[in-house]
Amino acid sequence: MHGLAFDIAHLLAGGLVLVSLMMLYQDRLPALINVFALHAILLAASVTWQANIQHEPYLYVTAVIALGFKGFVIPIALRRMIVRLGIHREIETVVGIGPTMLAGIALVALAMVVMLRVTAQADPLAREDLAFALSVLLLGLLMMVTRRNAVGQVLGFMSLENGLILAATGAKGMPLVVEISVAFSVLIAFIVIGIFLFRIRERFDTVDIQALDRFRGERP
Amino acid sequence: MALGFSLWCAAALLALGVVAVLLARNRFATTIIYSASLLLTLALLGNALIHLITNAAPETTILPLGLPWVGAHFRLDALAAAFLILVNLGAAGASFYGLGYGRHEISPSRVLPFYPVFLAGMNLVVQADDAFSFLLSWEFMSLSSWALVMAHHRVPENRHAGYVYILMASFGTLALILAFGLLAGPEGNYAFDAIRARAQTQGAWPVLMLVLIGAGSKAGLVPLHVWLPLAHPAAPSHVSALMSGVMTKVAVYAFVRILFDLSGSPDWWWGLMVLSIGGGTAVMGVLHALMEQDLKRVLAYSTIENIGIVFVGLGLAMAFQANALPDAAALAFTAALFHAFNHTLFKSLLFFGAGAVLSATGERNMEHLGGLIHRMPVTTIAVLTGCVAISALPPLNGFASEWLTFQAILLSPELPQWGLKIMVPANGALLALAAALAAACFIRLFGVSFLGRPRKPVAEQAHEVDIWSRTAMAIFAALCLLAGALPGFVIDALAPVVQAVTGSHMPAQTTIDWFSIVPIAASRSSYNGLLVLLFIALSAALTAYLVHLFASKSVRRAPPWDCGFPDPRPVTQYSAGSFSQPIRRVFGTLIFQEREQVFMPPPGDMRPARFHVELRDLVWEFLYAPISGAVSVTADRLNVLQFLTIRRYLSLVFLALVSLLLVLAIWS
Amino acid sequence: MVLIRDLAVQGVQMTLVLLLAPLLTGIVRKVKARLLRRRGPPVIQPYRDLIRLMRKEAVLAVNASWLFRAVPYLVFAATWVAAALVPTFATGLLFSWSADLIAIIALLGSARFFLALAGMDVGTSFGGIGSSREAMIASLAEPAMIMIIFVLALIAGSTQLSIIAEFMLSLAAGLRVSLGLALIALILVAIAENSRIPVDNPATHLELTMVHEAMVLEYSGRHLALIELAASLKLLLYMSLIACVFVPWGLAPMDSAWEAYALGGIAYLGKLLCGGVALAIFETSIAKMRVFRVPAFLGAALMLGLLGALLRFVSGSF
Repeated sequence: MHGLAFDIAHLLAGGLVLVSLMMLYQDRLPALINVFALHAILLAASVTWQANIQHEPYLYVTAVIALGFKGFVIPIALRRMIVRLGIHREIETVVGIGPTMLAGIALVALAMVVMLRVTAQADPLAREDLAFALSVLLLGLLMMVTRRNAVGQVLGFMSLENGLILAATGAKGMPLVVEISVAFSVLIAFIVIGIFLFRIRERFDTVDIQALDRFRGERP
Repeated sequence: MALGFSLWCAAALLALGVVAVLLARNRFATTIIYSASLLLTLALLGNALIHLITNAAPETTILPLGLPWVGAHFRLDALAAAFLILVNLGAAGASFYGLGYGRHEISPSRVLPFYPVFLAGMNLVVQADDAFSFLLSWEFMSLSSWALVMAHHRVPENRHAGYVYILMASFGTLALILAFGLLAGPEGNYAFDAIRARAQTQGAWPVLMLVLIGAGSKAGLVPLHVWLPLAHPAAPSHVSALMSGVMTKVAVYAFVRILFDLSGSPDWWWGLMVLSIGGGTAVMGVLHALMEQDLKRVLAYSTIENIGIVFVGLGLAMAFQANALPDAAALAFTAALFHAFNHTLFKSLLFFGAGAVLSATGERNMEHLGGLIHRMPVTTIAVLTGCVAISALPPLNGFASEWLTFQAILLSPELPQWGLKIMVPANGALLALAAALAAACFIRLFGVSFLGRPRKPVAEQAHEVDIWSRTAMAIFAALCLLAGALPGFVIDALAPVVQAVTGSHMPAQTTIDWFSIVPIAASRSSYNGLLVLLFIALSAALTAYLVHLFASKSVRRAPPWDCGFPDPRPVTQYSAGSFSQPIRRVFGTLIFQEREQVFMPPPGDMRPARFHVELRDLVWEFLYAPISGAVSVTADRLNVLQFLTIRRYLSLVFLALVSLLLVLAIWS
Repeated sequence: MVLIRDLAVQGVQMTLVLLLAPLLTGIVRKVKARLLRRRGPPVIQPYRDLIRLMRKEAVLAVNASWLFRAVPYLVFAATWVAAALVPTFATGLLFSWSADLIAIIALLGSARFFLALAGMDVGTSFGGIGSSREAMIASLAEPAMIMIIFVLALIAGSTQLSIIAEFMLSLAAGLRVSLGLALIALILVAIAENSRIPVDNPATHLELTMVHEAMVLEYSGRHLALIELAASLKLLLYMSLIACVFVPWGLAPMDSAWEAYALGGIAYLGKLLCGGVALAIFETSIAKMRVFRVPAFLGAALMLGLLGALLRFVSGSF
């Protein structure tokens, strides 16, 4: 139970929380995409390790999907897209970095308290991984709330997905077919959002949410 | 016997106040009053010290004063003795200092009568054993200190300070009256013995709230601290030292007596609340201190910070006690009391130094001082010791008490409640942040006022102060050094108090080799202040000797290098505002809503550029300003009652009578 | 006999740190120069610089006070005492019970306090800039360090550095998340405290880019030599700290034979070499940050330490 396997699983899950926190304070889009790629790579490593210690070979496939799509394909495509949209030089912050990081730490504390209290009888490895996964989820939500740019919000949503995958693999296995469908739905959602972004950009020359509010008459 | 002696000394202090009124015009009034206060407080100090060291049994007495069927109860036990030592040490120091400083007082007849009464009030609060005498002494303390704050009443800021002070003090006393009412219960027996016997625990949280308001506002907890930075600087310097160093500790005594002694065992969330308020107070206090330019106001805000640290220790002790961990509670409580004692020492020292600067230069504003190290050598060394001590740097006493507090925090994972598990490390981080910011604050205070070049002619012409002030400062500096090098003695002296309050005490420290302190176990942590001091002194001396022997010892004086562009004008050196600018930029936008604006005139325009910094006190704006606005509005509306006709007044009386009869009819 | 041996070990440690500190600085400078395709000064150049400075006459400003003259000795003494208490080649030093990790860090804080005062003493704007920026950096680096100490103490059950080193040596800790967070935070704090790129540039004399150099601008001769030696000692201290907690293999436990101490010494030299090269590579590959981005850098270290401590409080297995 305790031992190297336990510790490495924790290290990888904790690293994922750390990278989520790193994503919170990035204010340039290319750097944000790079950090998201790191997020996905760490997720793949964590799922690989879980496959190793749970002896479930189909989790390897999940890891490869996560690594391939979210670690390489989606970041490369997003980079190309933001260069074509011309928004790769923007700097954005909605709330200052200090309060955002404090809120992030508070959310991690909340996730720990809730998860460890509710699952008091479960297997220790699983419940602590679930606690980390809930933290990643909440941090992804926080990222979506504190970003002004639509691309940043999409990345927050995808890191939230990563948290869900971490939870599913940590709780001793999830059927492969569900995993593939989730991955494909993410890909399709991404394509759709990309098309929308192009459309918005063509019509309004910007993807800044505040500008869109102005056009909708919600902000003077 | 000991109790009788200290009561007689307190009565003598009260009589001294009356004597001061009679002696008002006398040339020697200052000397007589301060010497008499010094002797009486030294007697009280010795008495309490003997009582505490010999671990004597508690003494009680009932005096035939006050209400005839109640009398006035007084008690001298370990807790009272410890705080008596603290009060009278500060009071003796202030009286000694006053022998020299008091001669500069322009209106001694406004200060001298109230000073001994203030001391008497504080001594009596600590020894009171029933609610009535407690509150009476508390009011003596508040009102005499208010009179001392209003001593220089022609200055408008002092009038404003006095107004805010009397308002907050009255409100605090009201809260304490209600707290005692709740504790005494429906029988209405206000003697502390009866309250202790009642010892209710459930539903006692209103008492916690009321005591936090009442004692907390006197101690200076955020958000009830607003009177402190106004009132403490307004009083004469030795009285400021008493108010900051001693009166806040009397408030801590009230808190400990009511919540640890009288009201049974606390709940765990009381500890959480006190701990969190303490952590927030510490950080807010020191951040405000970094933004102020008035020497005494910086010291007043720093008092708020240190009270926050004391309350963090008290909150931890409550949490440990609620979870039946008496040894950990003993450690946390010892840390809190030790820090309170240390604060009395170094805050009094710093206020004495500020008073010395004030009487030497007439200036309290740091931006007008500078270079005093060359003009006032003894004051400089004393204030430097105080600054090093308050910044919690080894080997002085501030570090020893902070170290103990950190050791108590490291015991906290044993606490099972989730709220505590989250808030204790968060408040540990706040405590560490407050300590680091305090060091920055005192580098700024000492560096701007005492180092550098004089910014105004008054600083160039400063002279050293009189022998009494210098001796008082030197004694307190030596005490800081002793308490830092030999903390084991203080911890052992506090052991009877800690035992009485928490039911356990720290292991005996004076028996450990080499005067180390070992709070829990030697395998866990230990600290030896004396050895650290000796190591540093020996290393420095050895290095200096070897360098001078083998290398070089020649010195040449030249103009400052300043990268090749020295500017002789003192205005080019860093001011207090510029020193705190990086910290203001980092923390200010959140805490103070800081805004900086630069007005640059266009090229060719001869007007100067202007730099404007706006800081807002959010506590005042969101808590006090709305309340005072609401009070004004209500008062204006109710003013209409002053101008009614006779018929209207009669109908008011009639309506009141009818409604009371209705209530009597309906209520069974 | 045991006492004499323990005394000898402590004495060897004290002289070893003093002798090795300039060598470490020299190694870092040489590797940085080589990475920039320069030949660089010889590795023993810092020793030559110190000897040269010691022999020179000290030039003091006309309004420098006695504090200005005393500070170099105080700073050097505090840093040396702290460095003598961090295990380098052996744990269980004779006086390790007199100051635990909190006290060692606070001793470095004392040194910094006095150095900042010296910066303000002559009354120039350079000294003020150095002192105020140093105060800002310290206000974030010290809480981060305290949180790191909490994490280590909660894992090892003690704040004594020798006991922590022995605990980590026994591998009872395992690979914990909070240890990983503490390591990253400690590296960030060490970079900030030692005035290394990206926080401060140790090789510059431009006022907009310096913090530590600005505070000591007015010093010369033997005073400057002592302050430079203290700065090298501080770098050695932080490297020894990271080595003895996170890379403890090779540390000779208490009461070992002479061979174990010799082996510990060789291991220590190897760790210093690796650390120096790693630092040089890191400094060459990254640019210096704007001063007002340093709070974000150190805020990250504080958050990591807080997260690590929180995880330790919440569950014993993190």
